[in-house]
Amino acid sequence: MKMVAAYIRHEAFEPIRTELLTLGFPSLTISEVKGSGRQKGITERYRGAELTNYLRPKIKLECVVADADVQTIVDTILKHGRTGAVGDGKVFVIPVEQSYRVRTGESGEEVLQAHPDAAAATS
Amino acid sequence: MDKQRGRIFATLTTTRAAGGRRLLGMLAALDPSVGIDTIWVIVAGVLVMFMQAGFAFLEIGFSRQKNAGTVIAKILTNFSISAISYWAVGFAFAFGAGKLIGHKGFFLHDYGDPDKTFPIMGFSHATITAKFFFQFVFAAVSLAIVWGTTLERIKFGVYVIYAIVFSCVIYPIGSHWVFGGGWLQQHGMQDFAGSTAVHLIGAVGAFAALLHLGPRRGKYTVEGQPRAIPGHNMPLFGLGVLILWLGWFGFNPGSTLIGTDGRFADVVVVTNLAAAAGVLAALGTMWLKTKTFDIGMAGNGAIAALVAITAGSGYVAPWAAIVIGAVAGVIVVVGVLAIDKKLDDPVGALSAHGLAGIWGTLACGLFTSPRLATLNGVGKGGLVYNGDFTQLGHQALGVVVVFAFVFSLSWLTFWVIKHTYGMRVTPEEEDNGLDISEHGMYGYPEQFIPAPELVGYGGGAYRTVPPAPIASTSEV
Repeated sequence: MKMVAAYIRHEAFEPIRTELLTLGFPSLTISEVKGSGRQKGITERYRGAELTNYLRPKIKLECVVADADVQTIVDTILKHGRTGAVGDGKVFVIPVEQSYRVRTGESGEEVLQAHPDAAAATS
Repeated sequence: MDKQRGRIFATLTTTRAAGGRRLLGMLAALDPSVGIDTIWVIVAGVLVMFMQAGFAFLEIGFSRQKNAGTVIAKILTNFSISAISYWAVGFAFAFGAGKLIGHKGFFLHDYGDPDKTFPIMGFSHATITAKFFFQFVFAAVSLAIVWGTTLERIKFGVYVIYAIVFSCVIYPIGSHWVFGGGWLQQHGMQDFAGSTAVHLIGAVGAFAALLHLGPRRGKYTVEGQPRAIPGHNMPLFGLGVLILWLGWFGFNPGSTLIGTDGRFADVVVVTNLAAAAGVLAALGTMWLKTKTFDIGMAGNGAIAALVAITAGSGYVAPWAAIVIGAVAGVIVVVGVLAIDKKLDDPVGALSAHGLAGIWGTLACGLFTSPRLATLNGVGKGGLVYNGDFTQLGHQALGVVVVFAFVFSLSWLTFWVIKHTYGMRVTPEEEDNGLDISEHGMYGYPEQFIPAPELVGYGGGAYRTVPPAPIASTSEV
């Protein structure tokens, strides 16, 4: 099992989510985060005084999948997240030791499967 | 007394003797109706001015938080441009004597006998500066309505360019025809306070702007399905609606321009009844459709009903006001839902001001009481009183003419703006929000600038020396 953690632009999220859903990966989490990288800050002027804002808002997307599915997820993120400009973000793949579903107590890769209803809804 | 005053006035203003003017002032001081009318018209005008705050909060509430600050800049800029433009030429075009266009009283300068230069308002004894101020705030309201459809994606400069054209030419000529003594009014069109002259003109400008501007990014899916883009603050929206409702007690009742006969109180009641019916009808319609009590639609229902009763407020009986308001409440819900499928109108201005404005204007042709038509001296009673379609015909003609005039001129103006200056910000600027991209600052800075970046510049820690331990009562 691997966790894919991607830092992406806000506007990239919706196309990524839609495609992951159709591919059968409805389970993901996002957070509104702020970070810095190669992208320059943005200068705010407040009644004449300046304030440079180095931390830019991004979406952090997290998604735990079976090892075999990692490439599919990463490819989807790269496909929709890329504008070519500085500030498109980064993707990290992190090993995951174990997983449990709270409702049933199931563990292992079974936990990562989409709900049968969710899978049906996408077809 | 009045006739005598008029004769002396005419004599004095032709000689323009300084002493004569002083005498004139003394004569005016003897006539209490001058003071009473002037006070009422100014009070009403101030209430209408406050409607700018209503529009601001309504639009801010219906915008996302990245586009909140720009609305304030827009309202302030538009109101100011309108103030100077309308003083310079707008008022003369709108209320100066003339059938097709007013052509007297530019810059409020050397206008001579105001009752001859601005004859349509001669029935009121308010001073001409009071009448000017009252009519100017109407022009500013009409301009504010234009921008409801354009939120969250328009370039700021477009406001400036169109505001000048609108306040100098489009609104003055359109309103002159309808209630400035122009040909539609002479023809018998009834529009007491401007369902057509103010609200429809604004909404048609909004329609033309929207056709050139297109929808916000993300409003429609690739397949063309509309999606909701919820505004960020319903309480601010509600505050805006209530401020507008309050302002309307200047808007409609003030259009009597007379404070001495107390008739304006009738107009207050008629206006309020319509608004109440609009809220309930919009809530009910939405409940039938979605089984929820929609907050935004309740507010839109109030606005639509107020717009609709604006034309009839001096012409209809209270029972008819309830009918007019209720129908407007239904129209606005149906209109917003239908228009949203194809056109991205973030605040529902096309329905609340456009469709309801048309309905209100036509409603005069149905519900105008013959007694009030005679009292106002414009047109005649409506269909339900005398079974006569004449008045309805006058109203329909007025709507069609005003729509065609304002739409063609506005469409052309926006076409020129689009092909020279440009209408829209870039997609990237739109994503970042107009606050930061057009104004360089956020409406809500702390939502966008992380708190850690705002503290710590002065050296970081709060104290350089750790405080000495002090025994507190809790340790004893």
